Amino acid sequence: MTATASPIGQSIRRKEDVRFLTGAGQYTNDITARHTTHAYFLRSPHAHATIRGIDTSRAKSAPSVLAIFTGEDLVGVGGLPCGWLITGTDGKPMAEPPHPVLARGKVRYVGDPVALVIAESLHQAKDAAELIDVDYDTHPAVVNGIEALRHGAPQLHDVAPNNKCYTWALGDPTAVDAAFAKAAHVTKLEIYNNRLIPNAIEPRAAMAVHSRSDDSYTLHVANQNPHLERLLVSAFVLGLPEHKVRVIAPDVGGGFGSKIYLYPEETAMMWASKQVNRPITWVAERSESFLSDAHGRDHTTHAELALDKDGKFLALRVHTNANVGAYLSTFASCVPTILYATLLAGQYTTPAIFCEVTAVFTNTAPVDAYRGAGRPEATYVVERIVHQAAVEMGIAQDEIRRRNFIRTFPYQTPVALVYDTGAYEPSLDEAMKAANVAGFAKRKAEAEKRGKLRGLGYAAYIEACGIAPSNIAGALGARAGLFEAGTVRVNPTGSVTVMTGSHSHGQGHETTFAQVVAGRLGIPVDNVDIVHGDTGRIPFGMGTYGSRSLAVGGSAIVKALDKIIAKGKKIAAHLLEASDADIEFRDGKYTVVGTDRAKAFGEVAFAAYVPHNYPLATLEPGLEETAFYDPTNFTFPAGTHIAEVEIDTETGVVSLVDFTACDDFGTIINPMIVEGQVHGGLAQGIGQALLENCVYDPESGQLLTGSYMDYAMPRADDLPKFKVSNTVTPCTHNPLGAKGCGEAGAIGAPAAVMNAVMDALASAGVKHLDMPASPHRVWQALRAARA
Amino acid sequence: MYSFDLVRPTSVADATAALKKKDAKALAGGQSLVAAMKLRLAQPRTLVDLSQLAELKGIKKDGNAVTIGALATHAEVAESSVVKAAIPALADLASGIGDRQVRNMGTLGGSIAHNDPTACYPAGLLALGATVRTNSRTIAADDFFTGMFETALKDGEIITSVSFPIPTQAAYVKFPNPASRFALVGVFVARAKDGVRVGVTGAAPCAFRSKPLEAALGRNFTADAAKATMIGASGLNGDLHASPEYRAHLIPVLAARAVTAAGTTR
Repeated sequence: MTATASPIGQSIRRKEDVRFLTGAGQYTNDITARHTTHAYFLRSPHAHATIRGIDTSRAKSAPSVLAIFTGEDLVGVGGLPCGWLITGTDGKPMAEPPHPVLARGKVRYVGDPVALVIAESLHQAKDAAELIDVDYDTHPAVVNGIEALRHGAPQLHDVAPNNKCYTWALGDPTAVDAAFAKAAHVTKLEIYNNRLIPNAIEPRAAMAVHSRSDDSYTLHVANQNPHLERLLVSAFVLGLPEHKVRVIAPDVGGGFGSKIYLYPEETAMMWASKQVNRPITWVAERSESFLSDAHGRDHTTHAELALDKDGKFLALRVHTNANVGAYLSTFASCVPTILYATLLAGQYTTPAIFCEVTAVFTNTAPVDAYRGAGRPEATYVVERIVHQAAVEMGIAQDEIRRRNFIRTFPYQTPVALVYDTGAYEPSLDEAMKAANVAGFAKRKAEAEKRGKLRGLGYAAYIEACGIAPSNIAGALGARAGLFEAGTVRVNPTGSVTVMTGSHSHGQGHETTFAQVVAGRLGIPVDNVDIVHGDTGRIPFGMGTYGSRSLAVGGSAIVKALDKIIAKGKKIAAHLLEASDADIEFRDGKYTVVGTDRAKAFGEVAFAAYVPHNYPLATLEPGLEETAFYDPTNFTFPAGTHIAEVEIDTETGVVSLVDFTACDDFGTIINPMIVEGQVHGGLAQGIGQALLENCVYDPESGQLLTGSYMDYAMPRADDLPKFKVSNTVTPCTHNPLGAKGCGEAGAIGAPAAVMNAVMDALASAGVKHLDMPASPHRVWQALRAARA
Repeated sequence: MYSFDLVRPTSVADATAALKKKDAKALAGGQSLVAAMKLRLAQPRTLVDLSQLAELKGIKKDGNAVTIGALATHAEVAESSVVKAAIPALADLASGIGDRQVRNMGTLGGSIAHNDPTACYPAGLLALGATVRTNSRTIAADDFFTGMFETALKDGEIITSVSFPIPTQAAYVKFPNPASRFALVGVFVARAKDGVRVGVTGAAPCAFRSKPLEAALGRNFTADAAKATMIGASGLNGDLHASPEYRAHLIPVLAARAVTAAGTTR
């Protein structure tokens, strides 16, 4: 790459892949400390029980055991906090039950950590755990959000009567009622958005090290936002000085949201590392991940759409029951509210929307943000009901969407958001073309000859990424900032080290961010290194979630680059004996306008660090700048996904034969990385629609899908060759024009696939089917429709 | 995993002696046993590794039968030119077990001794009318699979080989569990000079022969004849992934597909 060819928009191979593909990655469990000990967590085998007593005496005398801690030992340790306060329709704050690091008094889900065993080896820790005698008094359990609200349901927390966390609402119910009163048609829909288990390829892992020399802690942890982790664990839970805690999230093998949160395990380990005065290491076994990683989704929703005689949407009314599990995970409360109800306008001009959400505690693992977090649930409601309305009114699926698209921007939705920009019809048109919708009727007829049902499904989704601005989020209950920070350090030889608060756990930031920097400075991509994931090295940042990294983290880097370039101008002006105003920076060179007198960026950098010929009286040496960027609005990626399925009516097997995605992510820096992100998101969205389903036994509260024997993850041969393309309307309010691409696939795919399934099954008389559309369920639906 | 003693005998006699120890267990391919040990669900005190027993290896044609050593891996059976030529349906069955790593380690003898109700091989043994040879006797497949994870093997008895009569037509169709890809239902149909045999796995606590399908296909070896056969749901498995009724429905559907796949008489 020459310095003059801009790397922006080029599919440069991911710099990080060499180490990932050659086994040179440094994941948490690759990092070892001298004299490390091993942690094992004894977990509750019961969904709901009172702990009458724990006898650890036999276990403590087992070979090589250093210590065993239970909830009663963690004196002075706070509970795990929730980062977003939701105020209910009754004006009261949500019920926030204590979330002890290790269970105290009661256990509330299968997998609830009860004791931490620390031994010289993992096997010895496990052996000792078997000697711990926990006296449980078991209670009936409730795992379903609707059941948990019923009179007489088992009660989880004293501070949450009827298991209710909150009932919250958004929108104008009066306007919605009025619109329904004059509607020509009303479509109603009951849907269940299935609970998912994240399944990152790298399980959660941690290593906690306490240093006696300065009473400081280092926590290596598979985490998406090390500074937030540090803030929560030090200030909110353990009461430690923040500056005495360093959190390092090295290479992390996937997060999908599940590694945003502060979990009990690393918290207990940090505390314990000082008690035992030895490093402690832990990596979750896959069965532990199933039980204890924060799950996703689990919404039960009743929705109603009012339309006029032409199929124009008049109003949308949505009631959702959100199962948040046994305790509030770090951001659990904002997912089914702020990140869900605000998206119910979708791409449409629906003038009146009302959404009421009741969040409910159950005897299940905590539920929190999972790839898309609220937006897949919203898209699923909107696009499934739009599909059904079109069927009921006899309007073509694309036509009903065209009639309702928002076409002027900025657009104020009735659910709080202001869309800055977008163009929805071009995405729909391009997706239809790529999916060859025109040829569908022929393909359907041909399938029928083979005895198969073929269906086509659309999802015209929108998402809101880069949650912001901080002050408005704060007014809505956020207990954290939502900015991002970046430091650009130009080294004396002109190479650049960037410290970003964003965190890469598969996203390819080391490449994309380097392209941004190289493009702005006119230097080779290889001369830029991106440092992330270590509170000891990076400025205070908020990490990576919600497809925010390029739009927010990248913008912070751009702001820092602007400062670098401006300072460089002053240095260049001095070197070139010209005035600052006469210097322009282009293609890696500072030039006196209208002359060929120029200094390369590297020469300016060298002068900054070897300031012999330098304006020392007016300018500090060095070339390093930090910027914090707090966005003025969300970004609004959008697009159309089209799925085509074929169903074997004999067996109920749904084959996804084609999938097309046309997305508008704003400006794209690396098309290959974006395509990869879309592929991964689609695989997860298709997994939700056809395969994945977390099931707890309704009586015992045991997790029935606790391994890959029963939890169906999508495999490569479950997926078709994706047709992926883009339209581009740059974001109007960040310097990159970027909107975010990480979650789009998981947001659009479930509705597109299920709409295709419903389209295929319509001729057989099937009216209702919930995800996942497994062979068994499809067969049952077909049989019921025939009966 | 709990700690255990590993012994590695080089003769069948030494292996049987080792298996007489308390809580001893034979290790063939380890694809079920080792996983159970890692989860601390199985805790043998002694693990008798059979991998050095040369007489348990090899695949050869014996007149009208193919004899496969108990230690033949699924990959070896899948790729064996002998099996592919004589009983392609059996090679096909082996090629669909687990994933490549499992097929490279898992063995025929290990699979049938374990008798997982969702394993593929039992359906093949039943349909082909195979004979299981052990260090002390021969056991007809019909008598071998006695219940869920139960076989006719006695303590310390070691499978040495399995002999499969060569059918005139055969095919195996597996309907995979969407999560595990074990057989939700698997149907092996084999036609021989003396009649049609149908082995069913995945559907019940133990693989079984479907007499109604055998009778129907014996009269008329067509997909339609299979489809027209009603199978009752009574006694079949119901779980997260399939009700007994769904499994009952799938058995004739898969049998029909197997008949179609079995192709022409050789």
